[in-house]
Amino acid sequence: MNDIHDELVRIVGAAYVSRAGEELYLYGRDQGVQPPGRPDYVVLPATTEEVRRIVLLAGENGVPVVPMGGGLVLSGLTVPLKGGIVLDMKRMNRILEVNELSHYCVVEAGTTQGALQAYLARRHPALKHSVPDAPPVATIAGNVAIHGSGHLSQSEGGFHSEMVTGLEVVLPTGEVCRLGSCSTVDKWFSRAPLPDLAGLFLGWNGTTGVITKVGMKLFPSFPLKDVLMFMTEDIDAVPEVISRIVSTEMGEDITFFVTPKPAYFDGFQMTNVHIVARTPREMKLRQALVRESVQPYLDRKEAGFLPLPAHMKVNLLAAPQKSLSEFADIRKGGGFEYVGSIMPVESIPGAYRAGLGIAARNGVTYSMGARVVGRGHAVMFYYAFPFNRADEAELQSVRHALEAANRAALDLGGIPWKTEVAGQRMILARMDPATVALMERLRALLDPNGIMNPGNWEVAP
Amino acid sequence: MTELRWNPDICAACETVDCLEKCQYVRYSPEQARGERDRLIRGEETAILTDCVTCYACEEYCPHHNHPFYLIVERQEELGIHPVPKPIEKSQVLMMGPKGRIVPEAVRTPVINLCYFPMMKGAIRGRLLGDASVIVGSDIFCNLMFLHFARNSTIRERLPQMIRNIMTHYLTPGGVDELVCYHDECYGTYTSWAPAFGIDVPFRPVHFFDFLNRRLEALAGQIKPLGLKAAYQRPCSNRLCPETDAWVDAIFEKIGVERTEREFDHGNALCCGGVMEAQQRFELAESNRERNIADMKASGATMAVFNCPFCFFTLAEKAAQAGLMPVMMSDLCHMALGD
Amino acid sequence: MPLNYADFNCPSYLQYRFESFTAGGRMWLIRAWQQGEIKAGERLAQILFTCVTCKNCVQTCAMPGIREQLVDIFMAAKGELVEQGLVPPSIRDYLKAMQTHGNPYKRPDAERARWAEGLDLPRYSGQAYLFYVGDEGAFDELGIGMARSVARLLGQAGVDFGILGEAETSDGNDVRAAGEEGLARALAETLTAKLNDLGVKKVVTLSPHAFNIMKTDYPAWGGAFAVEHWTQVVARRVRALAPAETALKVAFHDPCYLGRWQGEYEAPRALLRAVPGLTLLEMPRNRQNALCCGGGGGNFFTDILGHGGDQAARVRVREAAETGAAVLAVACPLCLKMLDDAVKAEGLDDRLAVRDLATLLLAMR
Repeated sequence: MNDIHDELVRIVGAAYVSRAGEELYLYGRDQGVQPPGRPDYVVLPATTEEVRRIVLLAGENGVPVVPMGGGLVLSGLTVPLKGGIVLDMKRMNRILEVNELSHYCVVEAGTTQGALQAYLARRHPALKHSVPDAPPVATIAGNVAIHGSGHLSQSEGGFHSEMVTGLEVVLPTGEVCRLGSCSTVDKWFSRAPLPDLAGLFLGWNGTTGVITKVGMKLFPSFPLKDVLMFMTEDIDAVPEVISRIVSTEMGEDITFFVTPKPAYFDGFQMTNVHIVARTPREMKLRQALVRESVQPYLDRKEAGFLPLPAHMKVNLLAAPQKSLSEFADIRKGGGFEYVGSIMPVESIPGAYRAGLGIAARNGVTYSMGARVVGRGHAVMFYYAFPFNRADEAELQSVRHALEAANRAALDLGGIPWKTEVAGQRMILARMDPATVALMERLRALLDPNGIMNPGNWEVAP
Repeated sequence: MTELRWNPDICAACETVDCLEKCQYVRYSPEQARGERDRLIRGEETAILTDCVTCYACEEYCPHHNHPFYLIVERQEELGIHPVPKPIEKSQVLMMGPKGRIVPEAVRTPVINLCYFPMMKGAIRGRLLGDASVIVGSDIFCNLMFLHFARNSTIRERLPQMIRNIMTHYLTPGGVDELVCYHDECYGTYTSWAPAFGIDVPFRPVHFFDFLNRRLEALAGQIKPLGLKAAYQRPCSNRLCPETDAWVDAIFEKIGVERTEREFDHGNALCCGGVMEAQQRFELAESNRERNIADMKASGATMAVFNCPFCFFTLAEKAAQAGLMPVMMSDLCHMALGD
Repeated sequence: MPLNYADFNCPSYLQYRFESFTAGGRMWLIRAWQQGEIKAGERLAQILFTCVTCKNCVQTCAMPGIREQLVDIFMAAKGELVEQGLVPPSIRDYLKAMQTHGNPYKRPDAERARWAEGLDLPRYSGQAYLFYVGDEGAFDELGIGMARSVARLLGQAGVDFGILGEAETSDGNDVRAAGEEGLARALAETLTAKLNDLGVKKVVTLSPHAFNIMKTDYPAWGGAFAVEHWTQVVARRVRALAPAETALKVAFHDPCYLGRWQGEYEAPRALLRAVPGLTLLEMPRNRQNALCCGGGGGNFFTDILGHGGDQAARVRVREAAETGAAVLAVACPLCLKMLDDAVKAEGLDDRLAVRDLATLLLAMR
């Protein structure tokens, strides 16, 4: 083991390798309910070359490698299940290119959402990227590696993985590959028209290689912002409401939430429609079209837009939503995990009812909601359970609740997103065997030594 | 069960039907207006019950003080008409309901009732108001806002207990028999709605502007006239106590503010539009707001003065964008004293 | 792994880059230590003692109720390690010097008067203010220069003050930030007794560090005097200075102990705004978002964070240079030295000069 340590020191420098108990403790766990693991090393590479040498070293010695960005996935996907090296990618944080005409940027994998957002706001204020509702230290690569989504997912084409225009990856066998147009020309504008290899690394949770650079689509940033909050009291009306509003193509982020507290929200559903515009005239038109799309509900007084004073809107208009962090501590004890499931819009009422049942049976506090991804092509429906980390019984209840939520998602025709091992196995058990076989073949091909985040997406334990 | 005290014969005999003829939001011919009136008397469905924007103005227009607006609200509720979408209505009933968290407090005169506007506590300060005791909270909330939701029943249900709470926990132990109402709506509840529904009010309500006026008189030597032109936004609830509008002029005179002459003031005041938005009448709310602010601007005002926090929430941003500084009346008075 | 709104501006995180060196990392590790899941050792000591107490985490943490206590928790954790004898050598030496010599420079008390030589400043004997210069003002070369400038500036602004000279003793702020609450308190009680005996009613300090502990903590420990930082006292009298016109472009670095710790961001700026023609170029990270120079927590004396391109002070001077300013103005003697050294390390000395605000103003005559 000392050889490996010494070699790691030779690669990144002594300051950026640790096998101290403190780092092994910290990097062996996340804020969710998954049991902790324990890495053997935590390494902070600064360049693709360093990553390559580390991966080669690991492959030669059969040492697992677990790439990590912000470590905010909550379901333990950056917690080493079989020891090995945790690769904290956040030193690789340079923003390499912003192409203002072709609307893309190229960043190193460990660039944080916050850094990119601030950089664009200051240097390229006419452009923005889609940010997830996570603390700003979440990384660009980590987010696309798990098929994340965010505030532009409804209006600008879906999951963040769909907004990737190119990747640079280090394969488990040590090769460095560029995928997408950047493989052939010096620009990162598209994955098409080449055979799409980026898909081998998006949503694979770090099991097929280490992403070292990402090309991301950028979108126009408009100065005027507003949010409309539509209140219903019939969950079964919600899919139709969402469908109508989405079809106007006038909204940016469209989200939906239910919460038992405060009491005056209990039993109601809120659909938030964010609208951006260049001019007041455009804003008025967009607002009018959104309102008109649900006019029958307004006429029947079955639902309506809540008048929101300006100061209430300020919090709702922030991207990312900081209030999520406060909600995460509602039980006091700082534990928070949610099951996100990707579902068709029509599954929402069923998902909601299932969620009420799960919370009641397990005696846990809940919050539920969804974000529309693409023009209503899917929603990311979440069951969120905050818990007191110091209360083992509560932890257990939440574990059961999360497991039940995963199962409910699948039963309703949805798929658990960025899920922990138990959820992965549920999915694999239901998956078309030919698809499973293809996944396994690809893993074996790319990672013959089985070093990349092992324990994840494996059928046999 | 408290009944609305109105005389159907007065309405039946009314020649002018001012309540509907003067309404700023409907265009009924005299014949149509009479037809509406007759169906209202009989308790039948009729257009005004869904046309009404609930701006309270007809309470002022009626020369007989026969409560046409309260009657409209009664009829709406009887006939199951919901001016505001049901989920929003139900949520507001829950949100604004008494929480049972009343904190008894020793009070001394003057006692200012902030109703359920805790965010206005900061206004009760300085030489003008600093010595006042303040009562506020869901358990003393007048609930009059439910006139906008066709729910006289909610007010009937809650108001007697609110009055008891005010007396038991504050006024009686404090030996105080009058209550300064910060908001027109509260004052209107106790001077207009409660008598109209036969509910006894054991204290003497004092209009905030009456109180401000007296205070300013006492502090006359310390006032530095502001020399400003202000457009005044007369709130809906002032329609329940129109005689108090004159105090605005008295106050302005003392603090050196000119109440600009404009179309949408006094009897022709426009609703801020907040409730129209709640009723999902967005274009109407928008045009109302635009006309109102354009009028304020055209009158040469540099400030927009409010008494009602809800008007403030609804109009302040747009007023500011038009170059009018939005300010609550109490803050304007503080400014004149340099506080 | 820790939630980390606070990471981007944390000097120890910027330098070490392991999440253990963030506020969140420290919280998790302190909990693990207290629960017996990990044992305290050298690494934990390094992690805890490299907190420079800049309060960036207190400023940015998203958790109300927790954020206010973060730095207090870290200082308490340091204290626990001090008690267990688990202290990094540099910290140990620093604390030992404080204990033995009463100052980190190991100089005799008699030398505390040297900074004022030739300035003809009166000893305190009932003037309106006592001007307190502290350890850096007495013993650090750049600090001495700053103390002299501030004294002259106070004079020009018409402030009636006296000094303690060799009778000064250490204020204890940084000793406490390094975990030694007991020693800090002893130093504080010594100094307050001295000041109370002299009948001091108002203290004006050179360093924001002294300002901080004297303002917030000395009252509970017996202090019966009001305390201000020199920028606050001069800001009120800035018209008396009548500075001459200039075309200078200046960036201002908010000191943590004046800014985030005490909420004072405007007094130093008022001084700059009083100079006709001077352009104040705000750095992107200004006021509550200022990036600490890295001098707090005792690091100024212990150098526990070490050096390198990611050192906070070097990141900060790069940020200052990017604004196009010719001068980086400071209001604190620790910032002064940290940033001055950083400018040299970055090779920026031909285009960026670090100056304390007093020296800068005195030059505008």
